[in-house]
Order: sequence, then C-alpha cells, then structure tokens
Amino acid sequence: MLPYIARRVGTALILALLVTFITYWLLSFSFDGVVANILGPASSPDAVAALQRQLGLDRPLVVQYFDWLWGVLRGDFGVSYFTSEPVARAVVSRLGVTLSIVLVALALSAIVSVALGVLAASRAGFLDKLSQGISLLGHLFPNLLIAIALVLVLAINLKLLPATGFTPFSEDPVRWAATITIPVIVLVINGVANMAAQVRGTMIGELQKDYVRTLRSRGIGGRSVVFKHALRNAAAPALVVLSLEFIAMFGGALIIENVFALPGFGSFAFNSSIQGDIPVIMGITVFGVMLVVGVNLLTDLVNGWLNPKARVY
Amino acid sequence: MVVSEPAEPRARRSPFRRLITDPQAIITASFLLLLVILGILAPVITQQGPNVANLQAINAEVGTPGLLLGGDQSGRDIFSRLMHSINTSVITALIGAGVATTIGLSFGLVGGYFGGRIRAAIEWLFNLIMTFPGLLLLIVLMPLTGGDYRVTMLIFGVLLSPGVYRIVRNVTVGVRNELYVDAARASGLPTARILLRHVMPAIRGPVIVATAFIMGGAIGTQSGLAFLGVGSTEVPSFGAMIASGFLNLYVDGTQFLWPALVLGLMTSSFVLLGNSLRDALEGPRPKAVKATAGARVTSRQARLAAGLTGPIPAAEAAALESDTDALLQVRDLELSYPSPDGGEPKQVLHGVSLELRAGETLGLVGESGSGKSQTAFSILKLLPATATVTGGSVRLDGREILPLRESEMRGIRGRDIAYVPQEPMANLDPAYTVGAQLVEGIRATTSLSRREAKERAMELLGKVGIPDPARTYASYPHQISGGMAQRVLIAAAIASRPRVLIADEPTTALDVTIQAEILDLLRDLQEEMGMAILLVTHNFGVVADMCDRIAVMQHGRIVEEGDVLQVFHEPRHPYTQSLLRSILDETTVRDDGRFAASGAATKESK
Repeated sequence: MLPYIARRVGTALILALLVTFITYWLLSFSFDGVVANILGPASSPDAVAALQRQLGLDRPLVVQYFDWLWGVLRGDFGVSYFTSEPVARAVVSRLGVTLSIVLVALALSAIVSVALGVLAASRAGFLDKLSQGISLLGHLFPNLLIAIALVLVLAINLKLLPATGFTPFSEDPVRWAATITIPVIVLVINGVANMAAQVRGTMIGELQKDYVRTLRSRGIGGRSVVFKHALRNAAAPALVVLSLEFIAMFGGALIIENVFALPGFGSFAFNSSIQGDIPVIMGITVFGVMLVVGVNLLTDLVNGWLNPKARVY
Repeated sequence: MVVSEPAEPRARRSPFRRLITDPQAIITASFLLLLVILGILAPVITQQGPNVANLQAINAEVGTPGLLLGGDQSGRDIFSRLMHSINTSVITALIGAGVATTIGLSFGLVGGYFGGRIRAAIEWLFNLIMTFPGLLLLIVLMPLTGGDYRVTMLIFGVLLSPGVYRIVRNVTVGVRNELYVDAARASGLPTARILLRHVMPAIRGPVIVATAFIMGGAIGTQSGLAFLGVGSTEVPSFGAMIASGFLNLYVDGTQFLWPALVLGLMTSSFVLLGNSLRDALEGPRPKAVKATAGARVTSRQARLAAGLTGPIPAAEAAALESDTDALLQVRDLELSYPSPDGGEPKQVLHGVSLELRAGETLGLVGESGSGKSQTAFSILKLLPATATVTGGSVRLDGREILPLRESEMRGIRGRDIAYVPQEPMANLDPAYTVGAQLVEGIRATTSLSRREAKERAMELLGKVGIPDPARTYASYPHQISGGMAQRVLIAAAIASRPRVLIADEPTTALDVTIQAEILDLLRDLQEEMGMAILLVTHNFGVVADMCDRIAVMQHGRIVEEGDVLQVFHEPRHPYTQSLLRSILDETTVRDDGRFAASGAATKESK
C-alpha cells in the first residue's frame, strides 16, 4: 500500500506544479496591464518600467516562476499588491467559507444519492421513477436560478432563513448553519441530480452480475447481497463521480455564494482577478489546485481500500 | 449446429420517426428555434439598442409606451436587453458545445482507434483536464481573457471535452473490435475512411445527445459567470440582467423575473430535448428490476400443490400425486419473458419435465439457448424478476417449491439445493477475500459461529484439493487461478452438504487439463456425500464421463431422456442423432471410451 500512496502523491505534486506554471505563464501575458492598473491610467512608461522592475516582473518568466515557487515551498506566498495582506492568510480565510458550504453539501448529497440510487436500483417501481424524476428536475435549471428562487421563497417571503451574510462556525454554530442552509440546499439539489443517477446505474449493473446470483444461491440474504456486496463494488465508480462532483460543487459555490453575499472564494478570486493582483491570484490557484488534487488523492486511496485490484497499480 | 434464435422484435421505427412523434421533442425544439429566430430579429423587433440608457426609463413599469417590459435601474429597455441576451446565449452554446465536441470527437476517435501509448497519453491528458478546478481558472484568468464570454466559453468547451471524449472513445473501441472493421482493414481501406464509414454512424447518436446537454450547461455557466460580473457590461446577457434585477429586487420585483424565466426555459428545453434525443437515438435505458425478488409464478399446478388455491378437483389431485421416489421432480415447467417491445410474452420453456433421484447424476444437454440454464435457475428460483413461470411444478422431496417466498427459498438454497456456476472468475465477489465469502455462505446456512465457520471453510478448501488452504483463504479472487476459483466455488456449494447440486457448465471456462480434475473432484464428492447432481452441459464428453442418465433439450423442450449408454448407442430423436454425429465428426474418441472435450465448444450465452 505504501508505494501506491507514494506514487499517487508524486503524481499529485507534478500536477500541481504543471497547473501553477501554466497559470503563471498565461498570466504573464497580462503583466503590463496589471502594472498599469496599479499605477492608474495616467502613469508614464518610465514609471511602469520601474514598478515592473521593483515587482520583479521584468525577469525571465522561468526565473520569476521558480522564485515564486521557492517562496511557496518555504511557506511564503507573498503579499497582495493592493492590500499588503499576506496571501496565505487572506486565501485561507476566504476558502474556509466556501469549503464549509461545499463539504456539507457534498456529504449530504453523497448520503442522499447513495440511499436513493441503491433503493431505486434494488426496489424498482415507484422509487425508481421518483429518483429519475429528481435527477431530471435537478438538471433543468442552473444553480443560479435555483438559488434565487430559494432566497425569494425561504428568506424573503417566509423569512425562515437569513438571505445574506455569513457567521463563522466558531462564533455561533446555529447562525452559521442558518446562513449556509440555502446555499447548501442549492448544491445538494444539483449534486443529487448528478450522483443518484450514477449510483443507480452502477448498482443496476452490479446487481445483474453473476456473482450476485451465486451469492444468493448460497442462501445469503437480499440485504447482504445489496449492501455488503453490490454496493461495495459499485462504490468505486461512485467515488470517482463524487470527486468530480466536488470540483463541480466548488465551481458552483463560487457563483452562488454571490447570491447570498457570502465572503467566499468566488468573489475573492473575482476581485483579485479584476485588479490583477498576481500574488493573490497565484495563491488562489495553488490552494484551488491543491484542494482538487487532495480530493483526488483521497479518492484514489479509498478506492484502493475498496477495490483490492486497484492496489496493484 | 442448429441455433434457435429468439424471435425478431417487431421492426423498430427509425429514430427520426420516433423523434417527430415525441411531443416533448417537438415542443422543446420549436421553443428553442423560436428563441433563435427572436434573437436574430432582435435589432428589428426592438425599438432601441440593449445598452441605450434613458433617464426617463429608469425602473419604468411594464407596458410603458415603447418599453414593453419596462426599464431597468440604468434606464435601459428590458425587452431589448432580453432579446439581445438570447444571442449571447446562443453563441455561448455554440462555442461551448462546438469546442467540447470537436476536441472530444477527434481525440476520442484517435484514442479509441489506436490503442497502446497513444491512447494512454490521451487518456492522461483528459484525466488532467477533468480534475481541473475549471470555473476557478476561468475567473482567475480574467486578466488574460478580459472576461470576454466567447473566450471564456472556448476554455469552458475544453474543460467539458472529456465527457465527449469518453463517449466517443468507448463507442469507437467497441466498433473497432467488431469484425466488420477488421474486414475493412484487411481489404486495405485507409484508416480515415474506416473511421468515417463505420465509426461515425455509431457515435452520431450519443454525441448529439451529449451536445444538447453541454449546450444547456454552457448557457447556465455563462449566466452564472455574468451574474458574478465576469465579462463586459456592454454585452447583454441573462446573468447580468438577473444580477441587476436582483439588486433592484425591493424596488421592482419583476425586473429579474424576465431573464430568469427565459434562461430557465432555455436550459430546461435543452435538457428535455437531450432526454428525448437519448430515448430516440439510444433506445431504452437500463431499467431497474427488483434485486432480490424471484420470478412471478402463475402456474396453477404449482399453486394447487402448495395448497394456495381452493379445493383440488379429483382429476388434478391425481395429476399432482408424486408417482416416483424422485428427490427432485420438475413437471411440465413453462417459463416466459415479456418481449422487449411489449408484445406477446416470449416462452422459453415449453413444459420441461425432469426427475433426479438421490445420489444419481443427470446430464442436461443441449446447445446454447435451448433452455438448460433457464431450467436450472427455475429450480433454484434465481430467475430475473421479469421472468414468469406460467405452468408446471418443481418439487423437492415431494414439497412444491415454486410458490415459496424469497425468505423461504433462502432456507432451501445452499442447504438442500446448491449451485456451481460456469465462469468461476465472474462468480466470486472481487471485493472480498475467498475466506470471507466462504464464511458468509456457511453462516447463512448453518448456526456456526464465526470461528467455527472459518475452521469449516479451511476444511472445505482442503477437501476440494486446494494445496495451501490458509493462503487461498486470505486471497482475493483476482489473486487465484480459474481452476482454483472453481474449486473454491465447489467448496462454497458443498458447505452445508446439499442433497442436490446443480452444476451449470462447471468446466466450460477452464483449461482441458483442469476440466478433468474438476470432474474427478465432483465425482469424489458425490461418492462421499451421496448428493444428486444435475449437470448442465453442452459437452457429450462430460456426460459420458459423469452421468447416469441424460436429458436432451431443444427449443425449450426435453426431446429425449434415458440411460446414458442407451441414448449414446441408440439415439431415437433426430436432434440427438445430429448432436452426437456432429461431435463424433469433429473430435476423436479417447482410448478410455470417453468423448474428448470438444475444443470448439461454444460457450452458452446468458
């Protein structure tokens, strides 16, 4: 198992390096604009050149990148061009908001999807129709519209929940739960629509396999066949869907947290990006990529545990 | 050999015909077409440009002269902005889906057609794209893209291409492996021609379906980004309109309603149209069937025998009398499946009768599709839930078992009737060790504790001739050979000393040398435990080797039954004669009088 983990971590690191380098390279095309943006529209070409030198943006791209990378390896992500706030601190505080929504939504979606998918696949009939109906409904409208509709109904009309704002969990867990409820529901609707259908399909495939019939031929009960055997074998593909869903939800959260005026990663990334705050953008990219890479790594590891064959690779 | 083919389903209507008779497809497609036309006509049907601000029009009410839907907070004509936003969405959909389809299609064809390193490299690349935090990157790269929705959608298309890639790759691999492509290649057609001629028709349907879904998704995502503020304020879009209307919610609650309505109708039309396309182009999707339910039983005879139906008329009571000392008695068994197109049910067993006495071995012989396996699974009641037993009875020790509930059958399976399957590797759960699977089966049929069950499992593994039981016990199925796996399955089957063992082609999937060993094992176990064996096979060699009696099946009927030697020497039914002849023609008879395993044996398809 150890070499397997080592290989996975290695691949993850290479991926992170690659993505950050490509991002840096793509951003380098906009460096002139960034400097002009800091200095304002009336800046002289000399002043632009001077600031570029000061920020180190006049050096060869590779040198700049590795200079930045060296800093990151020592835990120094630099400071914002505009607020002088250390990048790492700013990113982590904003990431916490978004991540708390995404993780709660992901956990709920997974539970609902597995329950719904397994029941639909093994019971057929009404439950199967219901799960397919839910999948379709969840797909019909973009997150944005569902978010707005829920705000209108739950927050503005019924006044059940706050429409906007965020309270950190550490301050008041109850208010925290209230502020993230609607965003979480939005993401769960979408997540269940995507995942329940997948779980259902994989479970149907699994239940039709020969080993299921053979297990039953030994007098083993239906519950064990469905939950212990078929579900465990269906879990590996479902897990891949779960990790992809994490990425999708993270993207979805970036947009919908704006409906609720949550101080999350989306508006942060948007503002930094508009300003051209290179150190912050790079920090956001690193954390975003590491997050995704981390989730994929976790998926692989759980997969290795679930599926004995995967450990061979 | 004569092959009994299932009856051809009624001619299916062409996908196009199905599509134009599907109201959902017609309505959604017409609505989308209407939107596209409105978008194109936007400059004509609106009185002012989408960005023209007019102080008098600020928050103007719906129906104000010249402002059909009123004005927004900047005094712009909402109707005009709405119509122009349609164009933004349509272009969004075209770019997003165009890029995703082009990239996914070309790489899918290449990756699916060529194997090896090329496919591995492409696979790696697309896995990389798929795990990208895409939306974040779209936002982060704004300094580069300037937030232009067209560039954004270009990148978005790349991010969605793995979905199309996977579809195309899978279909292409499938088509490639089919014989007609090999034939085309052998006849010297260039690769590009083969791909176009043979692969394209097969992937057209799935790709069109995926495109519809991607279009809806692209529009949704673009709206989200525009809502966030990504992109030029000069470009009218649903997202920007919703953002401005939403901020203005308390002033005028209807402003955001119009763009939300059109956006919602547009994305849901794409999704519903995609669903219709899928139904029309790809046929019905897999249906869930009740996982652990047995087949339906409508057999009057079985219900009578089980005492589930009213008083028994004398004549029928006489027919129900068990007239032999058979351990297992199958009588006039009829089985049918619903036909896929909803027409007449298709009958697969037409009154099958068998008898198996304690300790004897009956060979059930016939070619693929003759109903051998269906008969075997009927006895175990392990048929798919769609199957219906329409007549006949199955009795174990004189007790009718067909109408038994699943929970009652559970007590019979493994204990009284056990089963050894055909493909050893496919019949072990890959996720659990051999030992865990044996222990679970033992504990389901006995009252042994976990520890005792483990001891029993070890003992069984030794009994079926596995050299190192402890090691096999701890192994996963993929770590043992096919021959070992079949021994494990036999061990699992005999765990609670069943009286009847149903072995369904137990040696077909194995090497010839191992086949003989497995048959020897079954014979030894039978001698020791005195169980009766129903041996389902298409191989006369196996029958000659193992069986006391033989029953020959054809088209769901038993056409001949009798003592093995008698049937071999004087086959009465022409079908038996032709089967025996074809085997004698193909293979030589071994010295010891057994018929050699037919190498050209066709596997029974399930």
